[in-house]
Amino acid sequence: MQTLIFRTATPFLTCLMLMFSVFVLLRGHNEPGGGFTGGLIAASAFAIHGIAFGVPAVRRALYFHPMAIAGFGLFASAVAGLPSLLFGMPFLTGLWSAPSLFGMSVDLSTVMVFDIGVYLVVVGSFTSIALALEDREHD
Amino acid sequence: MEAVFAILVGLFFAASIYLMLSRHIIRILLGVVLFGNAVNLLIFTNGRIMREVPPIIAEGLDVPAGAVANPLPQALILTAIVISFSFFAFLLVLAYRAYQEIGTDDTDGMRVAEPADDGLPPMGY
Amino acid sequence: MIAGPIAAADWLVIAPVLLPIVAGAVLLMIRHNVRWHALLALVVLAAMAGTNGLLLRMVLDKGPVSMTMGSWLPPFGISFTVDALGAAFSLTASIVALVCCAYSVRDVDATGRRYGFYPFLMLMMAGVSGAFLTGDMFNLYVWFEVFLISSFGLLILGSEKAQIDGATKYAILNLVGTTLFLIATGYLYGTFGTLNMADLATKAGQIGEAAPLMTLATLYLLAFSMKAAAFPLNFWLPASYHTPPVITGALFGGLLTKVGIYALLRTLVMIFAAERLVLAGVIGWVAVATMLIGALGALAQSDIRRIAGFLVISGVGIMLAGIALGSSGGLSGAIFYALHSMLALSALYLLGGLMRQRGGSFSLHRLSGLYGASPILAGLAFIVSLAVAGLPPGSGLWPKVMLVRAALDVGAWQIAAAILLSGFLATIALGRVFILAFWRVEVSGDQTTTAGALSALGCTALVVLVLAMLAMGIAPEPFIRIATTAASGLLDASAYVHAVFPAGIGS
Repeated sequence: MQTLIFRTATPFLTCLMLMFSVFVLLRGHNEPGGGFTGGLIAASAFAIHGIAFGVPAVRRALYFHPMAIAGFGLFASAVAGLPSLLFGMPFLTGLWSAPSLFGMSVDLSTVMVFDIGVYLVVVGSFTSIALALEDREHD
Repeated sequence: MEAVFAILVGLFFAASIYLMLSRHIIRILLGVVLFGNAVNLLIFTNGRIMREVPPIIAEGLDVPAGAVANPLPQALILTAIVISFSFFAFLLVLAYRAYQEIGTDDTDGMRVAEPADDGLPPMGY
Repeated sequence: MIAGPIAAADWLVIAPVLLPIVAGAVLLMIRHNVRWHALLALVVLAAMAGTNGLLLRMVLDKGPVSMTMGSWLPPFGISFTVDALGAAFSLTASIVALVCCAYSVRDVDATGRRYGFYPFLMLMMAGVSGAFLTGDMFNLYVWFEVFLISSFGLLILGSEKAQIDGATKYAILNLVGTTLFLIATGYLYGTFGTLNMADLATKAGQIGEAAPLMTLATLYLLAFSMKAAAFPLNFWLPASYHTPPVITGALFGGLLTKVGIYALLRTLVMIFAAERLVLAGVIGWVAVATMLIGALGALAQSDIRRIAGFLVISGVGIMLAGIALGSSGGLSGAIFYALHSMLALSALYLLGGLMRQRGGSFSLHRLSGLYGASPILAGLAFIVSLAVAGLPPGSGLWPKVMLVRAALDVGAWQIAAAILLSGFLATIALGRVFILAFWRVEVSGDQTTTAGALSALGCTALVVLVLAMLAMGIAPEPFIRIATTAASGLLDASAYVHAVFPAGIGS
């Protein structure tokens, strides 16, 4: 896809989609949204970037291998269940705290860590599938 | 309403099994996809279809006020969709590789792992 | 919906699943740094075996334990419920995986490691232990898929022509099998409105004629028989298990079919007890056919790995026979046989790998003179063959004795006869391997084979398995006791239900 319009618009689109994916991820806190949908949006952002500028450009921009990102997400999700061990609660019990930062109450929780892990798993695995399929188009 | 969906599920199953009985990998794969979707629809129907509000508990309450839709089938289906999607991606790549390596998508011709002329083990020294 | 605090010891329930998941994730992150893969995998598998051992001891002392994720109350949350059956299977599986992992250190090269052998191994073990330990039907499906997708990865590692061919058949048929499982689970949810196994075990007895339970039980039988490679759904196994590196065959042959057997025990014996009684005749004949087809198939093969594949099928038939009998003796025989067969069939594949190392081939046409070349290997091969065929002092003898006695107790002569006949045929098949590969004098003029030295680590791995099998065969009492406890826990699920619902259902 070498059209000028597409190549000019893609960086903006990618940025917007990545920002939107983080918004959807955090919105999942207590409204529709969450790690899975957010991750899909981010993965499609990378896929579009790959269509416009080629797979090597995306791999360079990501820096980490997509599967390593997925691995980190899996790690984060699994570890997010562990803090409840200290409180004598079953695995994956959500623990919450709401510290006040700059005059705003910010809800932090292990559930959020889990959701970010899901986000990264989805981003990593779906990006690697998409990039593998895009790579194949050129052979 | 469930009856209509049950018939639809039956049609899905019939079509998918017809496709899976084919000798060609690509049709089998299309059958597998249809099979997965038939199951999703089946779970959805099994969760009972109703026109209730989403199961979101209003502020200040411990239980939802009034009847709400059953959220569990959707969670099950979402899991099943993700799994069947990733399986399908894998199977497509695998079938493509098999076509490249073996040169056929006819399952009758795929005898690399089990050659037809394998022969019996030696009967003596 | 918040339960009270739980003891730290209850965390053992989740540890055998959590450890390999975390290790698999870490290995994915350091995918290209292959030096640490084998070491990390070995350490984690050893830790898994340790926690599984502690878990088994706790379960034997105190009865089943349960933990429901996220402090939800059962049956709404996903429970992990462990009884003697799950803990014993999980412990044996982790020991087999540990031994196979030690063997793999020399067998898997840098390319295989970079491609992800160890992450796949870890995630497969997470799936296998998850399936053994979970107490929720849908969660069982998820663990099935976890180990299935990792097994695809292991199966095509190396991407040889034959592997791709075998993997296509394996992947499509297993996917259909798990989809059947999902269909059954969908109907199960529609019928009972719950997926918690303890809840199901209670409600299935009460619902009576009001629900199509026979359909459900038959669907589960079909789905899990496909996973366990029972006749006539066994054709994917001999088409695929011999294609990957021998270490993958050892893991698959040892572990994966047993997960199907485990799931059959859970669903048909614990949940659908009354329906199993109706299906007992069908399962019995399926078991007879599976045993004989497996043993006859093994007789007709000349590749050691394919012989092992058919013997896996024969073993599945023997375990199915125990499920068909359904008595305490039959079930404990089947459970004991499953524990034995995890060790024995992995050992058989590893033996094939070592014979390939020393003799340069997997084919009986080529292998010869191994007795003179390596007497130690011959000794190990002898004991492995005895154990797989069910002769003393191997571990296969006692479970077969228990099963034959249980079969004769209820007059199921066909099952008793099939067990004895399949053992006889397996003895011939393995005896021929021994005669041709070990006793035959060197076949001369064959320059195509490349014989080498045995790897010390590979031999040690096989010795460990052989010692475990000898221990099972010479001192079977503790294993029989575990199997009997597990069987009685299946036949009377009240302790299992009590672990999940300490205050009774509906309170």
